[in-house]
Amino acid sequence: MSRRTLVTALLVLAVVALFAVPLLLDGGTSEYGGTDAAVTEELEAEGYRPWFDSLFSPSGEVESGLFALQAALGGGVLGYVLGRLRGRRSTTPAAAAGAGAQ
Amino acid sequence: MHIAEGFLPAGHAAGWTIAAAPFVVHGARAVVKEVRENPESTLLLGAAGAFTFVLSAIKLPSAIGESSSHPTGTGPGAILFRPPVMALLGTVVLLFQALLLAHGGVTTLGANAFAFAVVGPWAGYAAYRSIRGVGAGLLPAVFAAVALADLATYATTSLQLALAFPDAESGFAGALLKFLGIFALTQIPLAIGEGLLGVLLFRVLTVNARPELERLGVLEPAPLTTTGGAA
Repeated sequence: MSRRTLVTALLVLAVVALFAVPLLLDGGTSEYGGTDAAVTEELEAEGYRPWFDSLFSPSGEVESGLFALQAALGGGVLGYVLGRLRGRRSTTPAAAAGAGAQ
Repeated sequence: MHIAEGFLPAGHAAGWTIAAAPFVVHGARAVVKEVRENPESTLLLGAAGAFTFVLSAIKLPSAIGESSSHPTGTGPGAILFRPPVMALLGTVVLLFQALLLAHGGVTTLGANAFAFAVVGPWAGYAAYRSIRGVGAGLLPAVFAAVALADLATYATTSLQLALAFPDAESGFAGALLKFLGIFALTQIPLAIGEGLLGVLLFRVLTVNARPELERLGVLEPAPLTTTGGAA
């Protein structure tokens, strides 16, 4: 394994560990409520009432799906771009190797 | 970072909308100019927008505070294309979430855009420039910039909420501490994770998008020896 591959693997591992370890440590007892919701709860507890409602409020299940859709769109585009950039490099080795020389 | 629909008093909502609007308009012009003058930028511009689209969709658990929150993903675009471009791309993301996901809102779009699409990218970019300025390498600067863009966004949201809802006893300062307590601590592990993802992205880009990065001034035009060593 080249040094570059090793560093990439370690970086990915660090990101996964950063979010997986807390989940494992508390054994699934915590709800992990969102901070955005914590603020609205806090304000409502103080007596604030929102003066405008969302134009469209999907149900919880639909909302999860739409969030997944957002992530899928972003991930798809990101993968497409990185794939094209990589494909360009491997099909035109002269362009990549010679980029600094021209 | 998403202040929910209707949760800012009307005056504050209007004020932040007015404050954010010129940045977004300027950002839209910056995007059009970039695409017109450098059509080859379109791919990377798409990558920058896609990065913030993915990251802001994901809710991640935080090791601190047993709560969860969204990363922002605005840092890489600010580094590549300067912050104005992210003012537009970030606002598009927020609009998508406000209209379709009931996350954030139309009345709070201005405040959220100011935090997410203006302050975050500028804070990240400032960190990037100062760290590169003292001679540090690309990747440490990317890590700091991406993480700081995330943290600065949530600090700004806390500030906006504290301005709108000062504490009855301790006033603005007390309210700011309270909202920072909700947002900022939870956000630290997320910002670190996001910084690492930014480093991963730039490691891929430095190998596969070297000509673009050189044109954008992110990488020095390199002698042939380092080009060979990076692969």
